[in-house]
Amino acid sequence: MMRKLFVLLFCLLPVFSYAGEAKDMAADPVLEKRMIGLAEKLRCLVCQNESLASSHAELAEDLRREVREQMNKGLTDQEIVDYLVSRYGDFVLYEPPVKSYTLLLWFGPFALLLVAGGALFLQLRKRRQSVPEIALSAEAERRAATLLNNDKENQA
Amino acid sequence: MTRFIWPFVVFVVLAGFLYVGLNLDPREVPSPLVGKPAPAFTLPQLAEPTKQFSPADMKGKVWLLNVWASWCVSCREEHPVLLDLARQNIVPIYGLDYKDKRADALTTLREGGDPYVLSVSDAEGRIGIAYGVYGVPETYVIDKQGVIQYKQIGPVTPQNLREKILPLVAELEKKP
Repeated sequence: MMRKLFVLLFCLLPVFSYAGEAKDMAADPVLEKRMIGLAEKLRCLVCQNESLASSHAELAEDLRREVREQMNKGLTDQEIVDYLVSRYGDFVLYEPPVKSYTLLLWFGPFALLLVAGGALFLQLRKRRQSVPEIALSAEAERRAATLLNNDKENQA
Repeated sequence: MTRFIWPFVVFVVLAGFLYVGLNLDPREVPSPLVGKPAPAFTLPQLAEPTKQFSPADMKGKVWLLNVWASWCVSCREEHPVLLDLARQNIVPIYGLDYKDKRADALTTLREGGDPYVLSVSDAEGRIGIAYGVYGVPETYVIDKQGVIQYKQIGPVTPQNLREKILPLVAELEKKP
């Protein structure tokens, strides 16, 4: 009996060791969810490839607190994002806005694809032109067929 | 021969981009606060918590706001540079003690010397967020109108003091 209980408890272990996003106090679950949703779109400046939602850095915790407080004050998501951008720059946004200096970032890959695709197309067309189809005479056609058939029979 | 030229050109351009990339520091994020008024705050002074300090008190003066903390390792590297600057009496340095324990901060200043006219305590890091602080130490050059003119991320070195901060301070001093 004791042993079965122990096994059962052991099986339940993963439930208790659930690892989620970095946790703070979750006073209001609705607000917390909204905060995490917004924080996922924001970058942690200390560990630059992590979002504010997933980072355990102290600055990220402070910034989550800031976002939570501003939400409590009734600010909209956009107002909060604008505030953070005014302090930390566009860098806090995971998705950089389309601006004159981000045009290359946004459209560069498509331009590159277009150029490379165009070059490939031209190259292939040139190659097709440089290797003309050779029309075989009836005699040569027959010889080719025999050779091919012989080969098949040999293999069989 | 010509068929090798294009791949070569592409290679050189790519290598050029990568070479420039090698010398860029991704930790240096340009601050949007440069050219904007320094965010207002009123915080207790570190040495005398009953007294307060606000950037508004500094109207009409060019000054440096240096964000530091006792737990910050690069601040120790920067400390002698700031002490040296303070001795020269060129520009007043005010400290923002960021997310620190008062006792630790006071010990650091007692043992390592105090380059600051005064420091204020930002125990919870709220003013740090208002100033866009993400990597201590950071230093702001603030002009007579209270506008941030320059932000140094990471320790101030004799070189960037000489090449950037001091010439800027001299220039700002001349302006009304």
